[in-house]
Amino acid sequence: MKELVVISGKGGTGKTSLVASFAALAEKKVLADCDVDAADLHLVLKPSIKQRGEFTGGKEARILVEQCTACGRCAAACRFDAVRFDGPPSSTVAKTYRVDPIACEGCGVCVRVCPAEAIEFEPAVNGEWYISDTRHGPMVHARLGPAAENSGKLVTLVRNQAQQIAERDGLELVLVDGAPGIGCPVIASITGADLVLLVTEPTLSGLHDLERVHALVKHFGVPTLVSVNKYDINVELCETIEATARRLGARVLGRVRYDRSFTKAQMEGLSVIEYNRSASEEDVRSLWRQVMDALTNGSTQKE
Amino acid sequence: MNATGTRPGLVVTIASGKGGTGKTTVATNLAVVASARGVSVELADCDVEEPNGHIFVKPQIEEVTRVMLPRPALDQDLCVGCGECAAMCQFNAIACVNGNVVIFPELCHGCGGCALVCPTNAITDEDREVGVIEAGRSRGFRFIHGRVRIGEASASPALVNRVKARLDSTDLAIIDAPPGTACPMVAAVRESDFACLVTEPTPFGLHDLTLAVETVREIGVPMGVVINRADIGDQRVRDYCRGEHIPVLVEIPDDVRIAHAYSRGEIASDALPELRPLFETLLAHIEKALGR
Repeated sequence: MKELVVISGKGGTGKTSLVASFAALAEKKVLADCDVDAADLHLVLKPSIKQRGEFTGGKEARILVEQCTACGRCAAACRFDAVRFDGPPSSTVAKTYRVDPIACEGCGVCVRVCPAEAIEFEPAVNGEWYISDTRHGPMVHARLGPAAENSGKLVTLVRNQAQQIAERDGLELVLVDGAPGIGCPVIASITGADLVLLVTEPTLSGLHDLERVHALVKHFGVPTLVSVNKYDINVELCETIEATARRLGARVLGRVRYDRSFTKAQMEGLSVIEYNRSASEEDVRSLWRQVMDALTNGSTQKE
Repeated sequence: MNATGTRPGLVVTIASGKGGTGKTTVATNLAVVASARGVSVELADCDVEEPNGHIFVKPQIEEVTRVMLPRPALDQDLCVGCGECAAMCQFNAIACVNGNVVIFPELCHGCGGCALVCPTNAITDEDREVGVIEAGRSRGFRFIHGRVRIGEASASPALVNRVKARLDSTDLAIIDAPPGTACPMVAAVRESDFACLVTEPTPFGLHDLTLAVETVREIGVPMGVVINRADIGDQRVRDYCRGEHIPVLVEIPDDVRIAHAYSRGEIASDALPELRPLFETLLAHIEKALGR
């Protein structure tokens, strides 16, 4: 079983549209949407949910008004400015301390320093995850609650579930749609994966972000493929990006042209492969053949 | 509030659930247009994982600050291997295996819990460089951005806060937020006067907009929507905004010339001056929404 993670560094390069197309082309695979705080793959694959679970990413501190003596040790110890002196009155003090749930990172320091045992510290439900069927096979996806912490832990959970399904059903591929950026959800998406495909676009922003996300992937020792989407927006810059990617040690695969069929297909809830024959379809098919080749022949080695 | 204790006139954060919808385009054009009108402006790029604003603004960087965050350091001689630190840590940043303590600083949130519970004072805070902040000027306005060090999994929200703490007292501070709805985006939007959510009229754009709206509501900041590439897709984003009573501030047309200018790192309203009134209208709408 191999695990391929598609990421982009910069958002809006067409990563999810390509993953949806790969989903239509790949055989014997399970899909994992690890872009948990802006998951979109389900909009094209229209999963029917078979199993769902609550995600308890971390704990949340809550001050019990009646027990709070307003000593302020919690506020002094909190390094996230999450404890405010604006809580309701209790029967003994005029004002109590209150934890701002948005600022709280769930470290538990306040709980530890409180002399009155006035702070509850319970696991917080801050998301939901699903195992679903789609027209292109099983899919694991999730939804992170608004303003919730711990997106990295939810990514790991989604990946683990997808790997278990692959093992159970004898599937050969886990196809992962990763998150933008280079922070914790991205790191959680790529650690231990077999291969990363970086999808970029021919813009100076795309080039800048590619260099940073490539450095991250390299840091974790995962072999990297690069493909430029919408390449004909700026062919000269596309060539610069490909040369940069080669210099950094990535393998450069085929380009995909700018084509409004991607948007039109999305409007219909389809991948570009399933949409009426479009010019970019052959680009995507050819790109997928190259990705498959890299996956099976292992032409890039884990460092 | 900023480091000097004064509050900037108006803090507007440009955010979006989905990446690549045009946050940086809106933020940079808004800064240029407002500055040209004589408003004292500051543009803060808080997309600390993948900052792009500088590519367009091309600031003269005058100041580089290394951002240090407290991370635990272990004194092996004092450690008795009790494992209290690992039990305290909620972020899996400390492991204790057979009495051996291992620290993973890139996972650490810097809460200080491990040092607090260590019975032998074997853990102390040590400064770890997690990124840099650069500040400078361009075209009459101040520009500031943060850049997180590669491989730091947990430093983005703290770095966003550090960039925001450096906002000076200006008439208008524009914050370019990280994409998504998780901690770095929340850190950028918090304590803003207004959130401007940039989206596209597509299913992905709509879906991620609804997540961003939920998050901004949770934070409690007033908001408006900018629809980019307005002539692709359909009416669903506009219907949604109407239903939720969220004003659509302006719509930016889908124009391949904007994409070309963007690809070269040019500010859209420089390459296409006919776009200037659009961003002036956006500025006026934001001011009006805030009763100024």
